[in-house]
Amino acid sequence: MTLLKQQRVSAPAGHVEREAKTTAGDKAVAATSHVVLAIWSAIVVLPLLWTFMSSFKTSNEIFASPFALPGSWKLDNYIKAWSEAGIGAAFMNSVIVVCVSLVLVMLLGSMCAYVLARFTFPGSKLIYVLMLAGLTFPVFLAMVPLFGVLKGMGLLNQLPGVIITYVAFALPFTVFFLFSFFKNLPGEIAEAAAIDGAGEWRTFFQIMLPMAKPGLASVAIFNFLGLWNQFLIPVTINAGGPKVLSQELAAFASQMGYAVDFGALFAAVTVTVIPVLIAYILFQRQLQGSVSQGTSR
Amino acid sequence: MTLPPATVSTRGGGLSTAARGRRKPSLDRISFMAVFLGIPLAIYLLFVIWPFLQAFFYSLTDWSGFSPSFNFVGLDNYARIFTDDLFLKALGNNIILLIVVPLVTVVLSLILATLVTVGGSSKGQIKGLKNSSFYRVVSFFPYTIPAVAIGIMWGQIYDPSGGLLNGILNGLGLNFKDYAWLGNASTAMWCSIFVIIWGFVGFYMVLFIAGIKGIPSEIFEAARIDGAGRLRTALSITIPMIRDNIQTAYVYLGIFALDAFVYMASLFPNAGGPENTTLVMSQQLFFTAFQRGQFGMATAMGVVLAVATLIFSGLVFLVNKLTGGSDGGRL
Repeated sequence: MTLLKQQRVSAPAGHVEREAKTTAGDKAVAATSHVVLAIWSAIVVLPLLWTFMSSFKTSNEIFASPFALPGSWKLDNYIKAWSEAGIGAAFMNSVIVVCVSLVLVMLLGSMCAYVLARFTFPGSKLIYVLMLAGLTFPVFLAMVPLFGVLKGMGLLNQLPGVIITYVAFALPFTVFFLFSFFKNLPGEIAEAAAIDGAGEWRTFFQIMLPMAKPGLASVAIFNFLGLWNQFLIPVTINAGGPKVLSQELAAFASQMGYAVDFGALFAAVTVTVIPVLIAYILFQRQLQGSVSQGTSR
Repeated sequence: MTLPPATVSTRGGGLSTAARGRRKPSLDRISFMAVFLGIPLAIYLLFVIWPFLQAFFYSLTDWSGFSPSFNFVGLDNYARIFTDDLFLKALGNNIILLIVVPLVTVVLSLILATLVTVGGSSKGQIKGLKNSSFYRVVSFFPYTIPAVAIGIMWGQIYDPSGGLLNGILNGLGLNFKDYAWLGNASTAMWCSIFVIIWGFVGFYMVLFIAGIKGIPSEIFEAARIDGAGRLRTALSITIPMIRDNIQTAYVYLGIFALDAFVYMASLFPNAGGPENTTLVMSQQLFFTAFQRGQFGMATAMGVVLAVATLIFSGLVFLVNKLTGGSDGGRL
C-alpha cells in the first residue's frame, strides 16, 4: 500500500496533468457506478432499517401498514423479548460461551501453530494434513457421532460441552492462519532469546506471541463472528441445555405461529444484530485489513 | 503473491529448526512440546477427527443413537437413501443451490468490486470510485449478522400481508396483494436463494476489492496504453489476476450451498417449505437423526454430503487448472 502511494507521488509530471482531466465518458461511468452501488447498499440497509423501525410497533400496527412509523417509540417489545422470551439470558449465555471459547482457541491455536511452524519432528506433516481435513469436511458429517461423544462424557446439553466443541472446530482455521504467520516471523529473534537463556515457554509467551499480535487480532475477529453466528453446533448438542442466542432466536421465531407477537420478534432480531453491527462499524478498518490478510496467504 | 514469502520462510524455518534439533532435549523443551502440541491436538482429535472417522463406520450400521447395540448392515443405508424420494428431492434442491448461489454471488460481488476499484477516471493512474468506502462498509453488514437473524428478518419481509416486499410492490401499483413469496412452491426457492446471496455478497466483494488492489497498477496502466477499455481490462486483467481468490470464493460458497441448513431452517419454520421445494440434505439428515432416531442412516447422508463436497471442490480446482490457473495452493 505505502509502496503504491510512493510510486504515485514520484510519477512524472505529465502523468499527473493527464489525471486531472475527466471526460464525459468517465463521468457517465462514475455516475452509473454510484447508482448501481447505491441500489445494492439500499437493498442491504432497507431491510435492517425496516426491522429496527418495526421493533417499536405493536403487532396491529405491523399488520396495518409495513411503512407507517410506530405510534410511540416505547421499549415494550424489547422488554418482552429480553425477559419473557429469554433473549436476555441467551444473550448472556452467548457472551460467556463465545468469550471463553475465543480465549481458549486463540491460546491453544497459537500454541499448536507455533510448534508446527517452528519445529520439525516426526509426524508434524501428518498433524498438518489432519488440520486440513478438519477444514475440508463438512461439519455436518461429524455432528451425529459428536452427539454420542459428548453424551458419553456427560457434556451433552451443557455450556462447557458447547465451549469445547467450539474450540475444537475453530482450531483448524486458527492453526492454519497462524501457522503461516509464525513461519514468517524472523527466527533470529527466538534464537537470540534462547542464547540469552530464555526457555521455550518464556520465548513463546514473552517474545513470539506479542510479535504475532496483528495475526492474532485478525483471526480473533473472524473466530468471534463465526462463533457468535454459530447455529448448527448448539442446536445439535445443546438442544436441551441453556440456549445460546441464535438458538433462542430460532426457538422464539418458531413459536411465533402460535402466539403472534411480531413486535417482540423484531426486537429480538434487533438485539441480536445491533451489538455486533456497532462493533463492526467501530472496527471496520481493522476488519477490512483482515479480509485481505486472511485470504492472501 | 503467495510464493515469495513461502520460499523465504521455508529457508528461515529450516535453518532455525536444524540449529535447534542439535540441542539436547531438556525438561523445558519436553514439557513445552507436550503441553503446546498435546492439549490442542487431544481436543482436536477427540472432538473433530474421531467423530469424522466414526461417521464412516456408523454409516454402515443400523445404530439408533440411543441403544448401545447395533447391527452391521453394509451398504444398506446408502441403497435406501438413494431410493428415498425425499432425500433425492433434497439432493436436487442442493444441486440447484450449488449451481446458482456460487455463480450469482461471485459475479455480483465481482461487478460491485470492479465498480468500486476502477470506476474512477479512465485517464492517467487507475483510480477507485470517489467516496466508495461507504458502499464497501455497508455491503459488509450482512456478514456480521447471524444467519438465523437474517432468515427471520427476511421471513418477515416476504410476509404476505405485513411484509416490506409486498408493501413496496403494492405501493408501486403492482398488484401482489397478499402473495405469499415463501408459501408458494414456484417462488420459495428463488426467494431463499436471494436471501443467501444477500448474506454473502458483501464479504466476497470486500475480498475481491482486496484482491484487485493487490494487482500492481503498472499492469492496468500498460493495458490502458495499449488501448484496452474498461470492460476489456476487467475481463482480461482483473479476473485472471485474482482467479485464485475467485476459486477460493467458489469453493467456500459451494460447500455452503451443499449445507444451507441455517438459512432454510430459519426461513421455513415448517422444514421443507411448500411441497418440499426448499428441503436440503442437511435438514433431512438432522430430521433422520434426531427426530426419527436413525443415526446410522443419518451418518450415511452425512457421508454423501461430504463426498459431494469433495467432488465439487475437486471440480473447481480442475476447471481452474484446465483454464490455465495455478494449481491452487491455497484454500
